[in-house]
Amino acid sequence: MLIFEHSRPGRRALAQAPHHSEEVSDIPAGMLRDNEPLLPATSEMQVVRHYTRLSQKNFSIDTQFYPLGSCTMKYNPRACNRLAMLPGFLARHPLAPPSMGQGFLGCMYELQEMLKEVTGMPAVSLTPAAGAQGEFTGVAMIRAYHDANGDTERDEILVPDAAHGTNPATAVMCGYKVREIPTDRQGDVDMEALKQAVGPQTAGIMLTNPSTLGVFERKIEEIAALIHEAGGLLYYDGANLNAILGKVRPGDMGFDVIHMNLHKTFSTPHGGGGPGAGPVGVSKRLEPFLPLPIVGFDGDEYYWITEDVRPQSIGRLSAFMGNAGVLMRAYIYARMLGREGMHRVADYATLNANYLMARLAGAGFDVAYTGRRATHEFIVTLKRQHKELGITAMDFAKRLLDYGYHAPTTYFPLLVPECLLIEPTETETREELDGFVEAMIKIQQEAENSPDLLKEAPHTQPVRRLDEVRAAKQLDLTWKPAAG
Amino acid sequence: MPFIPHTETDLREMLDAIGVSDIEDLFDEIPDSLRIDKLSGVPDGLNEQEVTRLMIERAEQDGRPLCFMGAGAYDHHVPAAVWEITTRGEFYSAYTPYQAEASQGTLQLIYEYQTMMAGLTGLDVSNASMYDGASGLAEAVLMAIRGNRKSKSGRVLVPTTVHPYYRKTARSIVHNQGIELIELPYSPEGGHTLAETLRQYEGEDIAALVIQQPNFFGILEEVDQLTDWAHNNGALVIGIANPVAMALLKPPGEWGEQGADIACGEGQPLGVPMMAGGPYFGYMCCKQALVRQMPGRIVGRTIDRDGRVGFTLTLQAREQHIRRSKATSNICTNQGLLVTAATIHMSLLGAEGLRRVASACHANTQKLVAALTANGCVEPVFNRPYFHETPLRFSLPLEGVMRSLHAHNILPGYNLSADYPELGDTLLVCATETRTDADIALYADHLHRVIDAQTAAGCPVEPKMA
Repeated sequence: MLIFEHSRPGRRALAQAPHHSEEVSDIPAGMLRDNEPLLPATSEMQVVRHYTRLSQKNFSIDTQFYPLGSCTMKYNPRACNRLAMLPGFLARHPLAPPSMGQGFLGCMYELQEMLKEVTGMPAVSLTPAAGAQGEFTGVAMIRAYHDANGDTERDEILVPDAAHGTNPATAVMCGYKVREIPTDRQGDVDMEALKQAVGPQTAGIMLTNPSTLGVFERKIEEIAALIHEAGGLLYYDGANLNAILGKVRPGDMGFDVIHMNLHKTFSTPHGGGGPGAGPVGVSKRLEPFLPLPIVGFDGDEYYWITEDVRPQSIGRLSAFMGNAGVLMRAYIYARMLGREGMHRVADYATLNANYLMARLAGAGFDVAYTGRRATHEFIVTLKRQHKELGITAMDFAKRLLDYGYHAPTTYFPLLVPECLLIEPTETETREELDGFVEAMIKIQQEAENSPDLLKEAPHTQPVRRLDEVRAAKQLDLTWKPAAG
Repeated sequence: MPFIPHTETDLREMLDAIGVSDIEDLFDEIPDSLRIDKLSGVPDGLNEQEVTRLMIERAEQDGRPLCFMGAGAYDHHVPAAVWEITTRGEFYSAYTPYQAEASQGTLQLIYEYQTMMAGLTGLDVSNASMYDGASGLAEAVLMAIRGNRKSKSGRVLVPTTVHPYYRKTARSIVHNQGIELIELPYSPEGGHTLAETLRQYEGEDIAALVIQQPNFFGILEEVDQLTDWAHNNGALVIGIANPVAMALLKPPGEWGEQGADIACGEGQPLGVPMMAGGPYFGYMCCKQALVRQMPGRIVGRTIDRDGRVGFTLTLQAREQHIRRSKATSNICTNQGLLVTAATIHMSLLGAEGLRRVASACHANTQKLVAALTANGCVEPVFNRPYFHETPLRFSLPLEGVMRSLHAHNILPGYNLSADYPELGDTLLVCATETRTDADIALYADHLHRVIDAQTAAGCPVEPKMA
């Protein structure tokens, strides 16, 4: 039932509106609205009950194991939420002067400093609102750098074929052509193909390391040298930073610019699809191009670094400073982890992934890149089950929901057929991982003995498989009241 | 080890199962030359008690000034239920609803949100939100250029009455694609965009005209006239509107003969705290004909294999994870959690509640303007109708006045002199429904004292504009 269907004319949540409806007399009638917008007329309790019940129709980290590859669904500490929502922070107007925001700005400055340290990048801007905006920022800076050097013939960005879809989409938004680089059988970038692709037209390369295939790109130093020799720059997609936190730093690998997904590595909530936060870190030569605002510190006071001192900046990316409240949650998380905690993130994320991979391989599942270490995630391919039993990765994914596990990422990366990309994160217990393995074993048995159980799954959710073709063809994007 | 549950036994047995003796062995594919062994710049960890104390101190350090500042972020009341429910773990810690069957809560909520936003803007459809109002404008510009098949120019008219940070943001995001944002001047008397300034573009290829209502100054634009001009000249109209104002003002979908084609703007006034600038959300709505040009996630209603109603992400062929380099945008996330808050907020207020909030804000700002301009040194800048904020010109240096008011823990408004130097010492003021008569009197009282102290001789009293 929709909230609109609870609505009755004349009903209201009276406590929630100002007492008096003051008539507006000084605005010309032609500028006023002459109809009532379609909003529900409901009591406060109806609203609370309706949305509480809706929430119960979601899987979430707080209720289920959520091994969604490339998404780092780790526990979101409650303290981070509560403390970021202290009244003093919520009441801060974004344009209030720095003198009235030293507490807030201090947190942001310290976060910048910690992110410099963990990425090995000498300068950071917190302002990009999400990973994709961080990517945009990175490539826009690469372009601004080449333009500033009068190096305007470079019109191509190299992207491995295993990359997230945001990478090629971003390059296009920045006015570049995209050239895809194939992956070799071991899951590394195909060096021969890369050598042939690099040239004077190369503006840069976008790499994720560890890659989306769940393996560390071993030839990264060689790749960096190759791109730099050609005058290009290296962009690091920080989607998989959780795998290497405190172990190895993108700055040391030779990257010129990196974006981080704080909603992954720094445990800020995914919120049902956002908000994220995608800060960028850069090498010295890209620092003048960083997006604004940035928090500065003169030894005494925190202040905003703005256009007047950074004329080469690529500019602003949102009205104010991006997702400040998300950044605050990441700051609190970073302070709780501290130095030791950060080292252990990669340790235990990697331990859990390798353990789960070993157990699933032991149970007869096919791992996509055998002989390689898992990073914080790994790929199982169900190509064999598809061929022999007609069961798809989607069928497995849907059946997992019946067992109370959120499905891993399916059909990504595109390179591996019928794949499940599995990322357990460091915050899961061994028992939870074992339970997942047991479920996978049972589902495999079902696939062999009663395949319809999988093909028709899920059976226990609020709805069964949805007609997506109908959704796209008979578009129904808003509710309309019945006529009359 | 905060948030890591492993016991010593777990660790040992898990390493055995993998077939290695130490966690370090799992990193043996990383070249030794790249390994680091310490993060010396990161401080020691704090437990929850310690970090709580630290954060309370930081938050208290910033005080809670009495806010008369708007300029794109507004201090509205947010019902307690909004964030109580929004931060339930099932909403807070869920991912993007790609597994529709296990995400019906988020999906249905977004469908309800889309319905509410389409209704509020008077347009046909809505997406599931953008990062914020400013980046939403950039996406709306790109969308209008894709959607206007008659236009080949990539030229878009943007009045200088559009929020200056929105204009800057749109420029940062679109300029690499060869798009030209042409700024239009405003009337020095009215503070609005004059239809005359459009005449020079008649007969030229213009992809879109942007109109902000109320504009950055709080002044009401002649939206019907501007919209009709654009449509008569083959341009699409992008309307930026404050969502609370739309409860009272004619919505973009009803501007002029045909209505605006795209509406976008800042959703923050709908249940999102000011929070130092974010996270907020940008809403985006459009006419049905443009839906396939829309960026971002969209939820549709459909049925499952038993014929039961359900909800799913739809039209995904527009998006980056399917179309890669040919996607409508690189955007991946929406601002899901903020949309959750806004949907609950709009449900609690309803149409009547939202209209009351809008009219209370407006009435309070009128009271504020009357109280502040009682001093001869302060006068309204423009002579046109406004909604819930407006600029006031000071006949003495504003910087000093603002500093004194800050010292009294008052945020007096937004100083326009950096973005609009031609306006001189001008302050954009706003009083939402959360300001009381006593708050307004306190501000006026402090202001008059500050001015009296700084201008021993007083101000020459000039006749005010009507």
